[in-house]
Amino acid sequence: MKSLGSFRRTFAPWNDPAAKPFIAIENVTKKFGDFAAVNDLSLNIYNREFFALLGASGCGKSTLLRMLAGFEEPTAGRILIDGQDMRGIPPYKRPVNMMFQSYALFPHMTVEGNIAFGLKQEGMPKGDIEARVAEMLKLVKLERFAKRKPHQLSGGQRQRVALARCVAKRPKVLLLDEPLGALDKKLREETQFELMDLQMKLGLTFVVVTHDQEEAMTMADRIAVMDKGKVMQVATPAEVYEAPNSKFVADFIGNVNMFEGTAAAVANGKIDIAVAPENLTIRTDAASKSCTVGQPVGFAIRPEKIRVSRKQPADPSINSAHGELYDIAYFGDMTVFHVKLESGRIIKAASLNAVRTVEDPLGYDDMVWVNFDADAGIVLTA
Amino acid sequence: MNTTWSRFNIASLVFGFAFLYLPIVLLVVFSFNESRLVTVWAGFSTKWYVSLFHNQSFIDAAWVTIRVGLVSATVATILGTLGALAMTRYTRFRGRLLFSAMIYAPLVMPEVITGLSMLLLFVAIGFDRGLWTMILAHITFSMCFVAVVVQSRLVTFDRSLEEAAMDLGATPVTTFFKVTLPVILPAVVSGWMLAFTLSLDDLVISSFTSGPGATTLPMRIYSQVRLGVTPEINAACTILIAIVAVGVIIASIANKRREVQKARDEQAAARN
Repeated sequence: MKSLGSFRRTFAPWNDPAAKPFIAIENVTKKFGDFAAVNDLSLNIYNREFFALLGASGCGKSTLLRMLAGFEEPTAGRILIDGQDMRGIPPYKRPVNMMFQSYALFPHMTVEGNIAFGLKQEGMPKGDIEARVAEMLKLVKLERFAKRKPHQLSGGQRQRVALARCVAKRPKVLLLDEPLGALDKKLREETQFELMDLQMKLGLTFVVVTHDQEEAMTMADRIAVMDKGKVMQVATPAEVYEAPNSKFVADFIGNVNMFEGTAAAVANGKIDIAVAPENLTIRTDAASKSCTVGQPVGFAIRPEKIRVSRKQPADPSINSAHGELYDIAYFGDMTVFHVKLESGRIIKAASLNAVRTVEDPLGYDDMVWVNFDADAGIVLTA
Repeated sequence: MNTTWSRFNIASLVFGFAFLYLPIVLLVVFSFNESRLVTVWAGFSTKWYVSLFHNQSFIDAAWVTIRVGLVSATVATILGTLGALAMTRYTRFRGRLLFSAMIYAPLVMPEVITGLSMLLLFVAIGFDRGLWTMILAHITFSMCFVAVVVQSRLVTFDRSLEEAAMDLGATPVTTFFKVTLPVILPAVVSGWMLAFTLSLDDLVISSFTSGPGATTLPMRIYSQVRLGVTPEINAACTILIAIVAVGVIIASIANKRREVQKARDEQAAARN
């Protein structure tokens, strides 16, 4: 059986019609003056899900997170957490905890004091607080730093204190605002996996806001791609990447070659797309898409789905176009070829450098054929 | 940078310091004068200090000054901090500009006018002048200094600290006392010290608003000087200078130490 992406997913409550969402965001709008930061947005997030809100800055993702935490009230619509309407409930009475982008560690308290702060507010007995703090310190591997103040810690350690502080209260939902934004690249990659492990171990629901698509793809069970206060698509990382539902999402996630054309022939889910400037017909095999002949459609194909060869493939079902090798970007693990078609359009094709040595390598100004299979790209009607 | 000492540099340094400190040095030196005459040196003596401590009117005045200072500085700090909070937190209320102008007005208002208007007010409402009218007046003019000091700290305050506290279950009141106040405390303390110092050395407003039986040290010294300067006054002033100097030195040493420690901690944190 074929599936999108490279692995099988066992956790997928969103496909189960009987599953009740843990967080239900229903037609929520948030206006600041005349500007709608979040615009009539609905979203369901399930228990134990690692959910990412992904978008460029100003798309409303942080506002949405702040509404979940209770720092902003929706102008319209409602938010339910575990079945309870959150309207009018202040942040200090919500079953959620938030990790701030700036970490917001209390500078006048030690690491221990920071972690214990939330527990003290609950009125937890002193002995229990000590035990929980010790447990949290162990969880984030900061036992040695218990007595330090935040300014005596490195950036990565501060991030872990912030994390320990917000999971210490065992909230039902953890909200994370750009949790890895302040870390350097190497640390960020390690921490991504630590966060995933932690989420699994504690069995919490995570809602992460990020502008970094790799981060979202790595960590999240599902991603909501946001733009201008609206959700453009909610799907698993593989679906968002391999089956984007719109040109915006296709363009926003990863690299893509985009063609605009019209449907020239539609039969059995196979759509032929006529692309004007190249006088090219792209044969596609997109069973799920329906469109009528003459309708304008888009076609998106990822660079790694395109091959570059010196000879035109013999099989007529393979799409191909002739062009000149215009630019080569060598990344080590892969190489991206920029091929200039006769129309002037640049096609990006990526190939994995799976072997160390290549016989007769391609070079600048070589005349080549870019080619791809009928099911390699995505037909976009939106 | 040129670090050599040119003659011009040395001369300006000497003149500058002399201009600032020569009068004070003279005052201190002559407080230890044996003679009754303030300008003629007749040998070392501490007798003026002894007589100062036997002068009940000076002791009373000092006591009044301290009480007025403590009460007015404390109340002014509370009100000034609240004012600063209002100014930085509620940035969009009606009449904010008027409110801020009114908070800052006493900073530039001539003291004579403040004092006179206070006096007229107390007379108009029939408030008997004395210690409490003076305290009220001191609160009024020192409050705005506290507000300025605290506000400058609040502007750079990271609001997400408060949000984090509330997110962790702290009510707004708990958040204020457990998070906001400790973080801005250095500014609040320096606001208090400023208010206290302003109250200690105020003469004009005190003269307008005090009544019988409530004389502060500056008022006492001033009225005494009009009858002629005695070494006793020099002694009183020397004590005041000593107190202020010790306070300033302790504060700056503590501050410096904290900074050095913080820099060292941050370096250590970056290393591991």
